[in-house]
Amino acid sequence: MNYTTILNNQTIPVADIPEVEYKEFMDLNTGFTLGSPERHCVNYFGYPVGNHIKLICCIADDSTHNIHVSSCLVNSSDTLDSFTFRHFCFEKFEREIHENFGIGYKDHPWLKPVRYANNRFDHSKTIANYPFYSIDSDELHEVAVGPIHAGVIEPGHFRFICNGEQILHLEIQLGYQHRGIEQQFLVRKKLLQRSTLAESIAGDTVVGHTTAYSHLWESLCGIEPSRDIEFARTLALEWERMANHTGDLSAVCTDIAYQLGSSVFGRLRTPLVNFMQEWCGNRLSKGLIRPGVNQFPLSPELAERIGQLFKAFEPDFVEMNQQLFQLPSALSRFERTGVVSYDDVLSIGTVGMAARMSGLNRDIRSSHPYSLYPEIAHDPIVKHHGDVYSRVQIRRQEVMQSMRYIRSLIEDVPQISEQEPMIGSPKPNSFVLSLVEGWRGEICHCAVTDKDGEFVLYKVKDPSFHNWLALALAVRNNEISDFPICNKSFNLSYSGHDL
Amino acid sequence: MFNNLKIVLHQGKQYIRDTANVKVPGIFKGRPIISLEKVNEAQLVELCPVDAISSNPVSIDMGKCTFCGECAKRFPNKIQFTSDYKIATNERERLIVKEGEDGLVEVNPETVREEIHRVFGGSLKLRQISAGGDNSCEWELNAANNVQFDMGRYGIEFVASPRHADGIVITGPITENMAEPLQICYDAVPEPKIIVLVGTDAISGGIHTGSSALDRSFLDKYPVDLYIPGNPAHPLTIINGLLDLTRKQKG
Repeated sequence: MNYTTILNNQTIPVADIPEVEYKEFMDLNTGFTLGSPERHCVNYFGYPVGNHIKLICCIADDSTHNIHVSSCLVNSSDTLDSFTFRHFCFEKFEREIHENFGIGYKDHPWLKPVRYANNRFDHSKTIANYPFYSIDSDELHEVAVGPIHAGVIEPGHFRFICNGEQILHLEIQLGYQHRGIEQQFLVRKKLLQRSTLAESIAGDTVVGHTTAYSHLWESLCGIEPSRDIEFARTLALEWERMANHTGDLSAVCTDIAYQLGSSVFGRLRTPLVNFMQEWCGNRLSKGLIRPGVNQFPLSPELAERIGQLFKAFEPDFVEMNQQLFQLPSALSRFERTGVVSYDDVLSIGTVGMAARMSGLNRDIRSSHPYSLYPEIAHDPIVKHHGDVYSRVQIRRQEVMQSMRYIRSLIEDVPQISEQEPMIGSPKPNSFVLSLVEGWRGEICHCAVTDKDGEFVLYKVKDPSFHNWLALALAVRNNEISDFPICNKSFNLSYSGHDL
Repeated sequence: MFNNLKIVLHQGKQYIRDTANVKVPGIFKGRPIISLEKVNEAQLVELCPVDAISSNPVSIDMGKCTFCGECAKRFPNKIQFTSDYKIATNERERLIVKEGEDGLVEVNPETVREEIHRVFGGSLKLRQISAGGDNSCEWELNAANNVQFDMGRYGIEFVASPRHADGIVITGPITENMAEPLQICYDAVPEPKIIVLVGTDAISGGIHTGSSALDRSFLDKYPVDLYIPGNPAHPLTIINGLLDLTRKQKG
C-alpha cells in the first residue's frame, strides 16, 4: 500500500503514513480525485523534516467515510511536476507550498503567493509588489478595489479586467489579514491560548473552528468527550449556521437595495446571537467550546428558551422569505446571476455551500459525521443552478433545516457530566486530522507532533481556501454592478483564508 | 405593497429606546470587579491566556483581556464579571481594573481634545479599517447600525470614503500586510480627525501579541482618542463609548 486510510478525528503514528517517490505520490493523489467527484483533497501541505520538506496529502472519500493519507519527501530546491496540471483542485495548495518552502513547479499556471506569509521563502516579495494577470487591449480597462472596502468588512484586493460594464476576469488577492495563526499554534503552549487562537481564526465561525480544534486535541490525547459535550457542539454548530445564514440574507437584500428584507433579516439575527450570549456570555460564541470540557451545559431552562425563541423567529422568517422570493425585482437580480457550473466547481474543488449550489454534494455532516451527526442522519440541501438564487435558497432552507435539527435535539437534553475537565497528554510522533462542516463548508485542522508530543505542525484550512476561486469564476461575463451581490451570496472568509 | 406593510406591522418596534441603560440578556461579561480576597496570585496570573492579569495588587487590563471568563470561573470569590457594558474610555490606564475598586470605566472629558466635542458633538462619520480583525468586531460594528441598536439616530455613521470621514475605527491587531493601507487611509482623512480602537486585538494585539506577522508601529505615531474593549466589543459598548467621547460635557 502506498497510502494509509484513516477516519475523521483519528490519530495515527506519523510513521504509519507511507512515504513514496514524488512521481508515485502524484499519480496516486491525482488518480484518487480525477473523475471521482466523491473524492476530494481536504488538505495538502508541507513541513520541514531535517533538511527536507515532507509533503502530506489527505484525500477524503465521501462515499466510504475514509480519508486516504500519503506522504513524500522533497527538497526546497526541487522543481517538480505540479498536481495542478492534472487536476485544478490542487492549485492553491501548491501555491502555498511554493510560498512557504520555495519548491518550484514546472507546469503550474500561476504560482502567485497565497497570503504573503511572514514565513514565506522569498523575502523580496511583499504584498505591494506582486504582479497581476493582465490582458493587453485598447478596449479593456482594469478596476482595482480594496484592500479596504466601502463597507465595514475585512480587507482583500479585487482586480477586475472589464470590457465596458462586463467583467472578463477577476483576480482576488488576499493575505492582508495574515496574523500567523499556524505559527502561533506552535509557539503558544497553554491549552487556553490555543483555544483562544482557534476562536480567532474566523470570528464568524467560532464554533466551527473551535470544534475542529477540540476534536483534534481530544483525539491526540485519547480523550473521549461525553455525550453532553458533543450535544452542545452539535447544537452550537447548527445555531451558528442559522445566525450567519440569516445575516447573509440580510446582506443580500442590502445589495439589491431591498431595505425591508435587509432590516428584517438583520433584526432576526439579533435574537439568535443574543441567545449565544445568554448561553455562554458571548454573542459570537467565544468561550463556549473547549477540549475535554462542557464549559456551559445547556440547562433545561435554556432549552425551553430555544423553543420560545423559535416560536417568535419562525413566522417572521418564513413571512419575510415568502415575500422576498416572490418579488420580481429581487428574483431578476438573483436568477442566472453569478453562475458557476458543476464542471467548474468540481474542477476547482469547492466545498460546502459553494459546492452544493451547483449539484456537487459535499457536506461533512453526512460524509464524515462527527459529534451527534451520525444520529441526525443529515440530508444535505443541494441546488443545481450555481447562481445567486441557488446560494440564497440554500441559506433559506438550511435555516429551516437547522431549526428542525435543534428542535429535535432539545427534546432530549443529555445529563450533564459533573466531571473535571479531562486533560490528557498528546501522543508523540503522531498525525491527526479533524473535519467539521462549518456554516460555510468543510473545515480541516491537521497536526503533527514530535517525540515529546509538541506540535511541529498545525495546519488550518477554512472552506474559503477552496471557495474564493469560485467567486472569481462566478463574476465572469456578469456586469460589474453585480459583483457585490455575487460576493455577498458567497460571503467567504478573509481571516479564515489568511490565517 | 400590502405584503410589505403587513411585514412592517408584524415586526413592531424593534429599536432599543435607551441605549445607555438597557439591560443585556444572559451572562454578559463586562467590567470585572476584583475583591480583596487572598488567593494564589501566581496561579491566577498564570491562568490568563493573554497576560491581562497582574499581581500585587491584582488587576485586570481590559485592553488585553479576551473576556474568556476563565479567571472568574476558577476564582469566583476573587473575580466577577459584571454586566456593565459601558467600558470604553479615552485613557489607556483606565482600562486597568484593580482589586478592591468598583469605579466606573468612563471617558474623562477633561482629557478629551477640545475640538472633538466642538466639531463632532452633533455628527460623526467614521471610516472603518479591519487590519487583521477576525470579523467578530466587524460584525458588532455592523450590528450597532442595525434597526435595534440604531446608532444612526445619534448621527454616527460609517462612510465609504476616508475623504468623507471624521476619523478611523481600527479593528484587529494590525497586520504587517495592512500597515501601509491603514496609513494611506488615515492620511486621506481630513483634519481634525480621531482614532478609535475597537476590540482587544486592536488595543493590545490580544492573543496575537508577539506574532511576527504584525506591525503596530502606526499606533506609536498618533494619539488614540477612544479605546472600546471587548472580544468582540458589544454594540452597546461601541455606541456609549462614541457618544461619551463626542458629547460628554466637561465637569
